[in-house]
Amino acid sequence: MDIFDILLQASFWTAAIRIASPLIFAALGELICERAGVLNLGIEGIMVVGAFAGWLTVYLGGGLWFGVGVAMLSGMAFGLVHGVLTVPFGLSQHVVGLGITLLATSLTYYCYRLALPEVTSPPKIDAFQPLEIPLLSDIPVLGPALFNQTPLTYLAFVLVVAVTLVLYRTPLGLALRAAGENPAAVEAQGLSVSAIRIGAVMVGSGFMAVGGAFLTMSAFNSFFFEMVNGRGWICIALVVFGSWKPGKTLLGAVLFAAFDALQIRVQQTPLGADIPYQIFLMAPYILSILALVVMSRRAQVPAALMVPFNKGER
Amino acid sequence: MRLEPIANPTWTRSLGLPALALFATVVVASLLAMVAGAQPFSVLGLIVKGAFGSKFATLETLNRATPLIFTGLAVAVAFRAKLWNIGAEAQLYMGAVVTVVLGTGALAWPAFALLPTIAVAAMLAGAVVLLVPTFLKTRFGVDEVVTTLLLNFVVLLWVSMLLEGSLKDPMGLGWPKSARLIAEARLPRMVDGLRLHWGFGLALISAIVVWVIQRRTTLGYEMRAVGLNPAAARFAGIPVNRVLIKTALLSGGLAALAGFSEVAGLKGSLTLDISPGFGYTGIIVAMLALLNPLGVVVAALFVAGIFVGADSMSRAAGVPTYLADIMLALALLAMVLAIMLTKFRVRRD
Amino acid sequence: MTDQHPEAQVVLRLDNITKRFGKLTANDAISFDLRQGEVIALLGENGAGKTTLMNILFGHYTPDEGFVEVFGQRLPAGNPRAALAAGVGMVHQHFTLADNMTVLENIVLGTRSLWRPGFGRAQARQRIVSLMEDYGLRVDPDAQVGSLSVGERQRVEILKALYREARVLILDEPTAVLTPQETDDLFATMRKAVALGLSVIFISHKLHEVMAISSRVVVLRHGKLVAEAKTAETDRAAMAQMMVGSEVAAPVVRRADPGEALVTLAGVSTPDIGSAPGLKNVDLELRAGQITGLAGVSGNGQTALADLIGGLLRSASGTFHVKGNAPRGWSPHAAISAGIARIPEDRHKTGTIADFDLTENAVLELYSRPGFSRHGWMNWRAARDFAAKIIKGYDVRCPGPETRIRLLSGGNMQKLILGRVLETAPSVVLANQPVRGLDIGALTYVHEQLLAARDRGAAVLLISEDLDEVTALSDVIHVISEGRLSPPFARGALTPAELGVWMAGDGFEEAPHAA
Repeated sequence: MDIFDILLQASFWTAAIRIASPLIFAALGELICERAGVLNLGIEGIMVVGAFAGWLTVYLGGGLWFGVGVAMLSGMAFGLVHGVLTVPFGLSQHVVGLGITLLATSLTYYCYRLALPEVTSPPKIDAFQPLEIPLLSDIPVLGPALFNQTPLTYLAFVLVVAVTLVLYRTPLGLALRAAGENPAAVEAQGLSVSAIRIGAVMVGSGFMAVGGAFLTMSAFNSFFFEMVNGRGWICIALVVFGSWKPGKTLLGAVLFAAFDALQIRVQQTPLGADIPYQIFLMAPYILSILALVVMSRRAQVPAALMVPFNKGER
Repeated sequence: MRLEPIANPTWTRSLGLPALALFATVVVASLLAMVAGAQPFSVLGLIVKGAFGSKFATLETLNRATPLIFTGLAVAVAFRAKLWNIGAEAQLYMGAVVTVVLGTGALAWPAFALLPTIAVAAMLAGAVVLLVPTFLKTRFGVDEVVTTLLLNFVVLLWVSMLLEGSLKDPMGLGWPKSARLIAEARLPRMVDGLRLHWGFGLALISAIVVWVIQRRTTLGYEMRAVGLNPAAARFAGIPVNRVLIKTALLSGGLAALAGFSEVAGLKGSLTLDISPGFGYTGIIVAMLALLNPLGVVVAALFVAGIFVGADSMSRAAGVPTYLADIMLALALLAMVLAIMLTKFRVRRD
Repeated sequence: MTDQHPEAQVVLRLDNITKRFGKLTANDAISFDLRQGEVIALLGENGAGKTTLMNILFGHYTPDEGFVEVFGQRLPAGNPRAALAAGVGMVHQHFTLADNMTVLENIVLGTRSLWRPGFGRAQARQRIVSLMEDYGLRVDPDAQVGSLSVGERQRVEILKALYREARVLILDEPTAVLTPQETDDLFATMRKAVALGLSVIFISHKLHEVMAISSRVVVLRHGKLVAEAKTAETDRAAMAQMMVGSEVAAPVVRRADPGEALVTLAGVSTPDIGSAPGLKNVDLELRAGQITGLAGVSGNGQTALADLIGGLLRSASGTFHVKGNAPRGWSPHAAISAGIARIPEDRHKTGTIADFDLTENAVLELYSRPGFSRHGWMNWRAARDFAAKIIKGYDVRCPGPETRIRLLSGGNMQKLILGRVLETAPSVVLANQPVRGLDIGALTYVHEQLLAARDRGAAVLLISEDLDEVTALSDVIHVISEGRLSPPFARGALTPAELGVWMAGDGFEEAPHAA
């Protein structure tokens, strides 16, 4: 079976879209933060929190959508801490972000150990099941790939559209984009830069947490350590790759996931058996670095990204 | 609210706020320990006792601090020049790999020649790993935070590949583990009979060397200038990119020494778990030390103490060891806030 | 023009406004009224407290005492929203526009509740178009702001205020970035606004503009209101005296004695830097013992020229000679070694390192020279002595060489930079906006130093947006526009109006555009 055959399989594309889904949530969250001018390196840890919070809620008997809500809120809580420290206090976004990642991760593991002191293999939950959309799912290849997914995947795609509309068509989106480009413009119109930025970081962090929750509630159905495994960092690269635009970021996530799904399948071919599996696992990270290099020339970075705004100072 | 610079912060402010930050960290950690069903103050006592309560514990803490001093210095050097090296983990493993490649019999030299050779080779290898993101930053403007982070994963997978391939110990019963170093490639103990190897001594010497570089040399001056204001540095004729590359060489080399010291001093062979995140913890060490090289030694002892102490506390009180990581994260966030508040006053408009 | 009856309605009242920053009293019990249909010129030196006062008026700062009243309603302190809602519109000196958004988006930003689903693009466009017609402000509503010229951006700022139905317009140094012709257009817009019943506060320190447009003058000095007068009843000399507090003495400029050309550009072009133009086929000679002035609206290639001579930029084509040689590997370091003293445009961002102390800043360009370092080791004792020498020789007021430079005033910072570059007896001095933001004392000092450098035989290039400064000091003037350079004009050869024609880019014949 060669690569061309794999690319024509419906199951391949179904897997690709599934792999892309958590990345879409988290990258969209990062995009919102960065469009408002805040680099959120807490993403990796916030995804861990979301994965755990969603899973634990369901494990303790909560409903699936309730679990998604809990995950989102827990992500927003960490977003609030991040936002307060980096926006009004203007602390280094690098240091605070890494600190939030460490705090969120260790707090999650701590809670996990407290909640389940004895278990060696983590229990599974009844997770989201694929929801086939009638008619549309009958389209060859594309149908099963796009329309036989779990509800969370559909939500991811809906969010991309929603975020695009909000960013470009609403007063809120204008204010958010302006906050990331020239915060003085926002302040001069009597709006609060701090409120907009903190709000953006909170909402963005909530999305990241839902991305994490996807892993436990729609992919692996259980929580284990190291499960986020650098996906957050990859999302940061995806946002650059997508030039801070939701649509392009979605495209990047899908391309990336397709590549990931492809390497899993190539590993199982005779050709792949001769190559150490680590090479395949490395590929996504190397690909992300290459994407950053390629896009670095054309990227339109929000002008005020990582620039704290101290009111009245100009 | 608005931040207003303070021209001459008082002593109470400069010392009181960081102290308050540490105190707040301890309070929150105690509350978390209570959630786990332990007596809050006994937990703290157990941590202190576990870290420094006996000769054995103290030596364990010093051993644990050794790689943290190296990675802390690596981060401190880089961050001073605003080169965001989050890749000390990868550089550490590069140093470890080189140590194993050269130290398992490839060079049959006496120790006085072999050890310095391995150390220098390890530093070069670590430096190369950081040079890649640095080059991408200076040449293409790619943010080094993400690239150094991503490279950590790449390098770790590469090490895993080596340990299952060319570096695998044939006697290792199938474990992904390297062969043991020859005796000449092992760092000797600092004092006979005490389980403390010369890696610790090397770490202390490195801290002093870095301190001297920063204070007394033109390179140190250039690194600080580039870190504080690259535009002004460039305008004044400081070769910003060259300084960044020199910084990367120094930083990557220091982080690699952590790998060298762990393999040659402590473990004697390479496995995939020689570093439980020393590279990342180095960031906390450096920040707690306010990027001061001598402060890094103190901060590394503090952080190592928390880790070692939390291990023994966990066994005694049944509180998960992750409490140590939580404390460090809290200390980091509280400390950067406190330091900022020593320099700025919060004002209502 | 509308008449200004004393009984015309008071639209804005400042009552006893006081604002302190630490020990500095930026505004000291300032009170005055603005009446409908009136243009008040707010005059004052840099640092007199104009901008602080306007920030209080607009709600960016909370006053320590006093209050602002608009149409008889007291404004809550420190609330820009309230000021906007009451009909106060402000055009800041530094534009508050987002470059990545269109003109229309910038104008409607913040005019609707953030929770509304859309921003009514169609109605907004209609209103903007009709405003543009009423006030004579032309700009494409769908253009990205990042692609607009400075003059166009200012029009967007004014439209923003008008769109919000401002009844009081505050213009903070609006003409600093305009050519004389664009200034005339702005004044036409202001007259239309007044005719339509608006009132204007116009902040400036250019006296001829104040005479041309204002009906009343309010003068601030050291945070105090020192004079208030009808424009018709005063004159420029009197205003200048009120502003400065003493007779203003123009610098005495002796005749120059030009020598050989130390820096020569022939047909030099450089690439554009973002939206700022590069140089286009520029010919220029900087002669020893002569001040060459460069006039022009900012953003017309001054940066490219300064960067080229200062070593930060290399020419793409043409010949560039320093002391007769084509420099190889041109860099800031090479420029310093060639004896070019560079006073940068922005002393905060490129001239100094805020968290370095005076010593470290003093040797920023010189640390690698023998004496300050050997084999990579710094000689801090020599560096401190050097800093002490500058502090003494150039009258830098500071606690000592260990002071962090961020604690110094702009004037003292500039004196340190002057000392740093002039102590090495340079043969070329590149002064880019050397007195921007300085008070009169520091300004005079800098000008004296530049003249002294000229008299010692240095070739001085003076780049300034302030046409008055350029004409006062320069022996030879070039005008720069869109990266093109005019031929040299001797002192007094052209009137300001004629220079303005060149600044607007109209004096150039079909100049060959080098790529």
